[in-house]
Amino acid sequence: MNNKVSCECMETTIGDSNQINLRKKLVILTITLIAWWFTYHQLSKVTGWFTYDFFGLERGTHLGEAMAFFLYDVPKVLMLLVLVVFGVGLLRSFFTPEKTRDILAGKKESVGNVLAAGLGIATPFCTCSAIPLFIGFVEAGVPLGVTLSFLIAAPMINEIALVLLFGLFGWKVAALYLSTGLLIAMVSGWVIGRLGMERHIEDWVREIRSNGTPLFMETMTWSSRIDYAWQAVKDIVGKVWIYVIAGIAVGAAIHGYVPVGFMASFMGREAWWSVPLAVILGVPMYSNAAGIIPIVQALLEKGAALGTVLAFMMAVIGLSLPETIILRKVLKPRLILVFIGVVATGILLVGFLFNALL
Amino acid sequence: MEIKVLGPGCPRCQQTEKIVKEAVAEAGVEAKVEKITDIMEIMTFGVISTPAVVMDGQVKSAGKIPKKEEVRNWIKKEKAAS
Repeated sequence: MNNKVSCECMETTIGDSNQINLRKKLVILTITLIAWWFTYHQLSKVTGWFTYDFFGLERGTHLGEAMAFFLYDVPKVLMLLVLVVFGVGLLRSFFTPEKTRDILAGKKESVGNVLAAGLGIATPFCTCSAIPLFIGFVEAGVPLGVTLSFLIAAPMINEIALVLLFGLFGWKVAALYLSTGLLIAMVSGWVIGRLGMERHIEDWVREIRSNGTPLFMETMTWSSRIDYAWQAVKDIVGKVWIYVIAGIAVGAAIHGYVPVGFMASFMGREAWWSVPLAVILGVPMYSNAAGIIPIVQALLEKGAALGTVLAFMMAVIGLSLPETIILRKVLKPRLILVFIGVVATGILLVGFLFNALL
Repeated sequence: MEIKVLGPGCPRCQQTEKIVKEAVAEAGVEAKVEKITDIMEIMTFGVISTPAVVMDGQVKSAGKIPKKEEVRNWIKKEKAAS
């Protein structure tokens, strides 16, 4: 098991910089939040002024529209990203994979699936850790299906995806993504649990015994939680900002230049085959949410159906090739195929459902 | 002192190893830094999130890349304890 694992992780380092006391941190935090709120609400005015008055571009022209879109969306999405990553960082400082395992151990299946999917959002997770995490869960008596619910939810519902969906499509689409993503994780894990595929876990995994070593637990103060969340902002936003800008630039170009309805013919809701096609295209593709969503936005705007686009996105970030390759080390081929099959079916159903309903 | 860096070999684990080695050099202590990539062995420490750092059998951190000052503090404490 010594082969190199390649994975893209947005993981947080942590320091012990407790020089500034908690009260000072809270004051700084409050001031920053107020400044954030004020700036965010002035954004549209300021960027509009830049586009039309400062650069002198005309409203309604291709270039003007593309520029206005770009100048407004980049700061907006980046600001939302900072806020949400910070909030999620605070939340995650309460959950470690070790704690999550203790919560899930001994839970019955259906309850466990629901809990596991929810904890998949709250627990910091990195594809690199998928194997020790899988083994740790299974060995602690967490049922296979429950473990998989966790492993489906963790990458699929990430804060970056939610921020971008919220920023670009509004809260309804973000909520839709969150709830259907959770549902897919719960139901897929439950279905795989029903199939009783425990013997398709690789043999070496089942031989591992950790001799009941107590899991490592860390205690954190509020001050260090704030540090942790801020570090998460620096790490994550520091890594994805370039994708956000590049993605929005592509989105802006499509926004300004591609005619409305262009996508409707082959990604619209009339084309039933567009959903499976989106999933088939999406699975081998691996992109972080930041890179994919602005493109997704542009597709939607030009007439692609929401269900198709959501399915595409879930397939890209939720069912990624690197993760399945890593999981293949602990799951036998049959179980891996069932895993991909069940999750892909879930994504397909979501796609069809939204195309039919909306 | 015996320091172990646990991790299956992802970039973050290598970074952790580098930080630990630098911290050891800066602290000027005699320490053996060992990288554990075998999952079976990692599991025996009760760690399920990597990279993790273990000093003289005690898990110091898991699931994150520690900062150098942090590692140096651990080394200092371990030294004082022994």
